[in-house]
Order: sequence, then structure tokens, then C-alpha cells
Amino acid sequence: MSTEHQTPRLPDEHGVPDPFLYMHPVMKKNFGNWDWHERLRPGVLHHRSKSGEDIWTVRAGTQRQMDVFTIRKLCDIADEFAEGHVRFTTRSNIEYLISKKEMIEPLVERLIEQGFPVGGTGNSISMISHTQGWLHCDIPGTDASGVVKSLMDELYEDFIKEEMPNRVRITTSCCQVNCGGQGDIAINVQYTKPPKINHDLVANICERPAVVARCPVAAIRPAMVNGKPSLEVDEKKCICCGACYPPCPPMQINGPESTKLAIWVGGKHSNARTKPTFHKLVAANLPNNPPRWPEVAEVVKKIIYTYKEDARDWERVGEWIDRIGWPRFFEMTGLGFTKHHLDTWHGARKSLNASTHIYF
Amino acid sequence: MARDNGSTPKKNGAPAEKNGSSSKKELHPTPMLDELESGPWPSFITGLKRLREADDQQYAPMMNDLMGQLEHSYEERMGYWKGGVVGVYGYGGGVIPRFSEVAEQYPESKEFHTLRVQPPAGFHYTSDILRSLCDIWEEHGSGLIALHGQSGDIMFQGCSTENTQKAFDALNAVGFDMGGAGAAMRTSMSCVGHARCEMSCYNEVKAHRDVINEYLDEMHRPALPYKFKFKFSGCPNDCVNAIHRSDFAVIGTWRDDMKVNQDEVKKYVANVGRKYMIDSVIANCPTRALSLNDDDTLDVDNRSCVRCMHCLNVMPKALSPGDDKGASILLGGKRSLKVGDTMGTVIVPFMKLDTDEDYEKLVEFAGEILEFFGDNALDHERIGETIDRIGLPAFLEALDIDADPNMVNHPRTSSYVRTDDFTEEADKYLRKKAEEKSGKEDAANTNEPDRPVAAE
Repeated sequence: MSTEHQTPRLPDEHGVPDPFLYMHPVMKKNFGNWDWHERLRPGVLHHRSKSGEDIWTVRAGTQRQMDVFTIRKLCDIADEFAEGHVRFTTRSNIEYLISKKEMIEPLVERLIEQGFPVGGTGNSISMISHTQGWLHCDIPGTDASGVVKSLMDELYEDFIKEEMPNRVRITTSCCQVNCGGQGDIAINVQYTKPPKINHDLVANICERPAVVARCPVAAIRPAMVNGKPSLEVDEKKCICCGACYPPCPPMQINGPESTKLAIWVGGKHSNARTKPTFHKLVAANLPNNPPRWPEVAEVVKKIIYTYKEDARDWERVGEWIDRIGWPRFFEMTGLGFTKHHLDTWHGARKSLNASTHIYF
Repeated sequence: MARDNGSTPKKNGAPAEKNGSSSKKELHPTPMLDELESGPWPSFITGLKRLREADDQQYAPMMNDLMGQLEHSYEERMGYWKGGVVGVYGYGGGVIPRFSEVAEQYPESKEFHTLRVQPPAGFHYTSDILRSLCDIWEEHGSGLIALHGQSGDIMFQGCSTENTQKAFDALNAVGFDMGGAGAAMRTSMSCVGHARCEMSCYNEVKAHRDVINEYLDEMHRPALPYKFKFKFSGCPNDCVNAIHRSDFAVIGTWRDDMKVNQDEVKKYVANVGRKYMIDSVIANCPTRALSLNDDDTLDVDNRSCVRCMHCLNVMPKALSPGDDKGASILLGGKRSLKVGDTMGTVIVPFMKLDTDEDYEKLVEFAGEILEFFGDNALDHERIGETIDRIGLPAFLEALDIDADPNMVNHPRTSSYVRTDDFTEEADKYLRKKAEEKSGKEDAANTNEPDRPVAAE
């Protein structure tokens, strides 16, 4: 390893790069001047500007974690069939921008031939937004990339079609921090045991007062263990959230058996019809079962296809449940309702039914 | 369904059969990861394999050991990375250090840091710039890039400590800059917006770049109590999930009447039928602001409309936002830790965003919030938690913002409040409303710009 040191270079503090350097000329020319859009087929959008110019967008799914060869392949496709301009959606789909309608079909064909599914528009199941997992995170309970690949293989047909009642946005997260975010369906790690503490390491690695302060239920307190300053957890109070683990890695929250997956439904970002909502717990204790997590896929598919069958046009998952009621949701999906579905956190009463509105 | 059906499409990506020849080191067997190569969705594992099999590249041994460690994680169902301190000269954040806890078994990937790099606003690229980024990462990094991370960053994943500076210098030289990490202003994201969307109500690129670039110091030299995220969505569809996922959400909206093209409405009704129009459009209006006329034109009660976007989304040719555009600003969205999930709540019901001065006011307001956060939040507290702790009235008072009925779902239901200055406060509100009303009547002549925090 070279230890040679030159005078370090000070960074150019560019900040947010200027997108006009990369934006398709038709988009640049009609910036802020679009009139309407339509979808020609799943994965293909057509936008018309107020001055009568057109741009077509072809959207395709990617694996998000991409090797340079895949990105170059996507670039080659952009040069050959589009006009060298692409963008990405927040869910890691690539979008090709083209000003010639006749290029849509060859572009779509090439993408499909190269293994990139064309879709993710309109009332489809788009790519699952997800987190880093075992590949790169320092506190992961699972490998979101693997969960996502497994699920998208199963949900593929509903990515390339637009046959859902409304769009379906799925997320996965490798710990309860939930970097994957809210979703119509969220697949999140749920720990089931208090942290296992390596008392030999705590004093040297952890800033103990900060760790104590991090606990949402004040279950952690300083303690001397084997003559060393450490921390102890009141396991009766502990809610197994894992908040102590990032600031204090010797408080291992994960275990091969105890780290489980939970399914949440009914989160919604948009303000369309109803106000945005958080997702709600429906199933927990699913095994963290790589490489394909079949138990998770089974529950997710059951929920999705019950929704697809029963929801009215434009109902998101949460809106559908608002109409049919939670008793019917649990009945139709065959999932068990437990005391763990009853919220116990601050403001829990707002989630309880203070009425005689009962579903029979 | 699609899995193991024997009809696996061709793998995407380039150099297929170039392994085997003269690999210095045995490839780790990866039987579990191999199972993620089948099925129709693009496989990240196939991509990782391409990298470890690219014998002529410096990263091939690193990616072989990386795959070895990942397989080990799949077998043991545990993660094996720990953090540390790695950075680039001049900046206090942006690199996510990763050191392997099983480096003895997988020495080549013992350091596998990520560089968080800010994307162009709206995620626009040319094939040329993407190739440049690939070339840089091929030379200095692992060849693995995530487009994009949940923070919005381009995640250049996998770099040795030694190469981190080199990789950053090269990325910086082609116009890219480090993103945020730790207790700092974070990388932001904005929707496609003005570039290709008829719903867009302000210039997201300008707002995003003006705000972030003004306070870049807060990103590069972390000094805040905790993370602070801005997100910019051009309309209430909120495609970048700003209400849930940002401390400071800027969401486009408009104040005047929505635009209705009645001919297109009639065409839509003729196409889908009256029953569908009533069931799926009219009845879905959350404030009952829509009604279908006997001649199949649309009657809109704009005073009741809350700009939810449903009818515009369903009939984009017939309906569009009005002309008096700007944004609502909501503060305090975050996920669970520590107090539980919070959504952003309305602090500025409407801020006009049209002229340069309007955008300057947005930047200024963002600065006031950042300053308040820096001065008043406790360690590891997000601004939503600060507001909860001190109460919204105290927060508003500190920022000299008047309370507004658009900030609540409904007024308080608890009587536990001291109200001896209630009358003065009510008078103040009524006076302000009266001034706004007369100001509005003048506005037609004087073009007086709106006060940023004034609500309609």
C-alpha cells in the first residue's frame, strides 16, 4: 500500500449538480410548460407541452444495486434507441426520454430482450424501494436487496401491467429505523428479543449516557458488570426496537433466529383523496429466511391479490381497508388478529374504535 | 409464479464468459446467492458476479471477497460490517465507512466504504456522464453503484480507505459533490416536476438547488444536533414522499381556481360512462367539491377544493392546476426513532413561488428553520420532535409565524390551556385578515408581493 502523500486537493463545492446539463432538450425547452399526459401502454408515457411538442418516456425496472457493466448497457441502449438522455425515478426505475414516437417499440423490445422489465407506470406495482442490508449496512437484520429481488420476481407480471385498482408502492427495510419508508405494503425487520450485551466491550466503544438517552422507554441504565462499567437492560420494559444498537454495537439486537420480518399495510404518501397515512402492522414473526424469503412472499401476495380482487378503482390499499374494515381485511387475508395489533405507544387511543361502528 | 419457471430471460449486462482463465484466487462458492440469479427481475447478484469475474479490473478480488462475506451473511443470517471514521479532505461527512468484522476470511473487502454523492436535481443524466461516473468507479472503487439510495444520493458502494480521496477527487472534477451523512443537512431530492409534468406548481430545480447550495456548509461540515432533510415535490401527489420523509417538505399547490376544459370533461364522461365518472371521480372528492352537471360538464366548488389531485390525476387532459402557484411547507416528518413516526405538519400554508424574490424568501425561511434547529434541538432530536417537545405555539412564536387554521385538523379538544390573552390574540388575527383583504384589493394595481407566511 502506498503511503505517499501529496498536498490534498480542496473540493470544489458544487453542491447539487445542475440538471440542465443533462436534461433532454425537449424537456429543457418546455420546462414548466407541459399541458397533459397519457399512457400509451404500461411503461410508456406521452407528455404534450403547451407549445405542442411531445416527449415520450419509456420506464424500465432495474436492480438498483448496479454493476458498471449494467449501467453501461443501459447507456448503450440510451444511445442506440433513445437520444442519450435518461433519468431515474425515486424507486430506481430508469426512464428513457425520446422525441421520436417511432423509437418506442424498438426501445421497448431491446429493454425486454436485455432483461429490463418495461412497466412501473399507472396502476402497477412499481419497484420496491429498499435499504442496504447485509451488503453494506452496519446494523442490518436482513438483506433488503435479496428480499426485493425475490418479491419482484413474484410480482413481475403486475410491474409490466397496469391492472391494479391503483398504484401499489412497496418498501422493505432491514431494521426498525425503516429507511425504506412508508408503503402500501412494507416488509420490515422486527426484532423479537432484547439486545445481547457484550459487557467487555461497552466501556471502550459506547458513550454510555448517549445510549441511555437513546432508549424510547428508559429501559437502559448504567451498571458495573464484572468490575467494568457497562449498561444493563430492563428486559421487562424493553420493546426490542434496536435503538441502542447503532450507538452501541456491543448491544447486539440481531440474532439468526430472533430477527423476524413483519408486514405493514396502508401507508400512503400522496394527498390524493385522503390525507397521507402511515402503514399499520398486520403480520409479524415471519422467518428471516434467505435466499428467497418464501414465507414473506406468501403473505405479501395474499394481501396484494385480495386487494386486487376486492378494491374499487382508485382505492389504495389503506383506502380499501378503510371501506371494508379491519375485521374483513383479516378475514379475507386469513391473517390472525392479536393483542400485538393494539397500539400501546403515545397517542394509541386515537387508533382505537370509540364508536359503535362495528363490521359484521 | 415467475420464479424457477425455466424461462429465465437473458441476463442484462456485458462480459459474460470471461472467467475461468487465470483468476489468481478461487472464487468463493455462493450457493445461496446463486439462487437470486433466477427469475425475471434483474439480478443484483449476477451484477456482483460480473464484477468479481472482471479479472483485468482492480476491484475483482475485492468483489470476490465481498460476495464471500455476503454469502456468509446469508448462511448465518447476520450482518458483518462496522462503522468507523473515513472522510475526504475539506469535508466532515458524506463517506459511510465500512470495515468488515470478518476480514480474516475476506481480506480484500476489509474496507468497503460508500461515497454518498448528490444527484442532479430531478435525477437527470446523459449516457456520457453516467459512463464517466462508471469509469471513475471502475478505476478507484468496486464497480458497484446504487441509483439511488433512499436518501436520494448516488451510492458509490465499496471503496478502500486509500482510494476514497482519489475517487472523490475524480467525481468532484466532473461536477459532482459529496452528499450528507450524520448530524447534518442531508442530500435532498426533487421530483421530475417542471421538466416533464403538467401538475408541477413551482420550479423544483431552482428551489432544490437554491436552498441546498445556500446552506451547503451544513452538509459538508456537520454541526447540527441531528440530521435535517429537505424534499421538494411539485404537487400534492408528493412523488418524493416529502411529508413522510423530510424535516422540511416543500409541496407545490395553487390558490386560484383549477382549470377545467369542459370539452375534455365531456369526452372523458362519454368514454368511461356516467356511473364510472360519478363513482370514481365525483364521489372520491374528499371535500365534496365536485358535481357532474346534466350536460356532462363539471361543476367545481373551488372554495372547498383542497387540491388533493385525485380528479386531476384521473383526467389530466381535462383538469389542470390554476395560475396562482406556490408551495405549502410542512415541517417535522420522520420515521420511528425515537418518539415514534411523525408526519410533516403545515407551517406555511402557502408561499408564492414565482419571482426570484419569492425563491429568495424560501431560501431565507429555510435558513431561519435551520438556525432554530441548530440553536434549540437537543442532541439526536429531529425538528418534529423539538416542535412536539416545546409545543407548536412556542415554535411559531420563536419564528414569528402567526397561528393559522390550516395548521390543524381541528382546534384543540383539551381545556388545559391558559387563555387570558385570548381576546388580544383573536383581535390580532381578525386585524390581519382584514389587512390581507384590503391588501388583496390593492394587489391588482400594486403587484405587492405576498408575505411568505401569510395564509389564505
